[in-house]
Amino acid sequence: MSDPPSTDGGPPALPGSTSGWRRRPLPRTMLPSRWLPPTVMFLLFVGAWFFVSEVVLSERRQFLLPPPDAVVQVAFLDPVNRAPLLSALLLSAGVALAGLAIASVLGLLVGIVMSQARWLERSLYPYAVVLQCVPTLAMVPVIGFWFDFGLASRLIVTVAIALFPIISSTLFGLQSADPRQHDLLTLHRAGRLTRLVKLQLPTAMPAILTGLQVAATLAVVGAVVGDFFFKQGDAGIGVLIDLYRARLQSEQLFGAAILACLLGIAAFSAFGLLNRMITGGWYGSTGYDRPT
Amino acid sequence: MTPRAPGIVELRGVNRTFSDGTVAVENLTLGLRRGEFLSIVGPSGCGKSTLLRLVSGLEVPSIGSAEVLAERVGYVFQDPTLLPWRTVRRNVELLAELERVPRAERRRRAAAAIRMVGLEGFEKVRPAALSGGMRMRASLARSLVLEPDLFLFDEPFGALDEQTRERLNDELQRLFTLRGFTALFVTHSVTEAVFLGSRVAVMSGRPGRIVREVDVPFDYPRSAQLRFSPEFGRIAGEVSNTLRDQVTTRSVAGTASHSEG
Repeated sequence: MSDPPSTDGGPPALPGSTSGWRRRPLPRTMLPSRWLPPTVMFLLFVGAWFFVSEVVLSERRQFLLPPPDAVVQVAFLDPVNRAPLLSALLLSAGVALAGLAIASVLGLLVGIVMSQARWLERSLYPYAVVLQCVPTLAMVPVIGFWFDFGLASRLIVTVAIALFPIISSTLFGLQSADPRQHDLLTLHRAGRLTRLVKLQLPTAMPAILTGLQVAATLAVVGAVVGDFFFKQGDAGIGVLIDLYRARLQSEQLFGAAILACLLGIAAFSAFGLLNRMITGGWYGSTGYDRPT
Repeated sequence: MTPRAPGIVELRGVNRTFSDGTVAVENLTLGLRRGEFLSIVGPSGCGKSTLLRLVSGLEVPSIGSAEVLAERVGYVFQDPTLLPWRTVRRNVELLAELERVPRAERRRRAAAAIRMVGLEGFEKVRPAALSGGMRMRASLARSLVLEPDLFLFDEPFGALDEQTRERLNDELQRLFTLRGFTALFVTHSVTEAVFLGSRVAVMSGRPGRIVREVDVPFDYPRSAQLRFSPEFGRIAGEVSNTLRDQVTTRSVAGTASHSEG
């Protein structure tokens, strides 16, 4: 990407500075190249949706895919439907968030433990993989028997689904510190804790945050899927989806699905933003600058 | 610096064999006196880095003995190895932090070291915003903070362009004159080796041994113009020839290209 010449925006050059400062002519979000393609794509998507439901489907079969305006009208603008949808959304968001928090603490701990010795990694990592490979849905009845069919089980499903990416990204991140930097710490007799805090964890930060980003979307999926099976207690989005499905209320069904989707996107974006805020200034946008 | 200064590094008959069977150095004998600046040149992969790691204690000899009497060892790697999340000042403070130097003292020393390498004004900048030469300066400052009496340099300026390298050479020998540490400087540039060193040792191809030592009789501080004097050329030529013999006998391709001044 070439920067157009600018007269402002960039930080003042420091004395003797030879390179490294990039100028920021426009806030990036305002560049047409930034917002135009996604907007066009969105319009195409909505257009295709209209086309299928209004043209392809006969009126009798329109319940298979109600047009977007009907979904908005019925699910989001009608307070009778909106109120339960929003409170369910809030509940599912709560379950996803709590599950993500538990998975984060657990995943970080397991990742750190595995990074401490090769034999620990060898003995623990296979079980992390098993956890990832086990079809959670198949385990659902068992989880229900053990932990009852309420909120606790929803949480457990959420944690089980979100855990693996956190473990693997933490482990990968902790192991990716430069060997020379390890040498430097060895020369000055740094202990395990110092090494972890001053070198490995910060090195792992971008990887961990990317893992959390993936885990956050999975936590939303986990919270919604958990709802399908564990219906005791207040209704989450998944409970409503199942209900609307049974009643063939497809506008509400699609509305609920869109809300669940938006929740996942919000979680994804939040961690992306957090990652940029924390690690944005650590590495140049094109990696290392050439020496001057 | 007198020829009879006490020894600070003494390697005797050192072999270092890695677990995969590679013999990195073989029967390596090398002495270093306090206040000396010893440059080491050798073909690529001849065990120069292993030599430094042996002296620093990061590796131990398989056979032979390595005796190092330095109190504080500074190690400057080929890469600046700065921590990208720390600002220049915090990077420079790192080793003092590890050695538990109190905060105020750490600050004071870091500020002095940053001034010494000419990075004032960049204290709050992260490495990503610095040029390669400036990152190397920061790396140097990081080691200076502990005031080492023995400095190990592993081709620190190898990745820099010619002009930056020469400028940093000038500044390093000014620092050496000022601070009077002992230095072991590995490089594959003959000009750099002769310009900086009070002595230049040439290593053989792998497994590495010292095959020749050449004294460089110029006083410090040395002027940048010294590089163009006939005497400098003669010494550099001598080192170059020895090195070229090593390269050709080992038929290691493409390594001696840096040797021309």
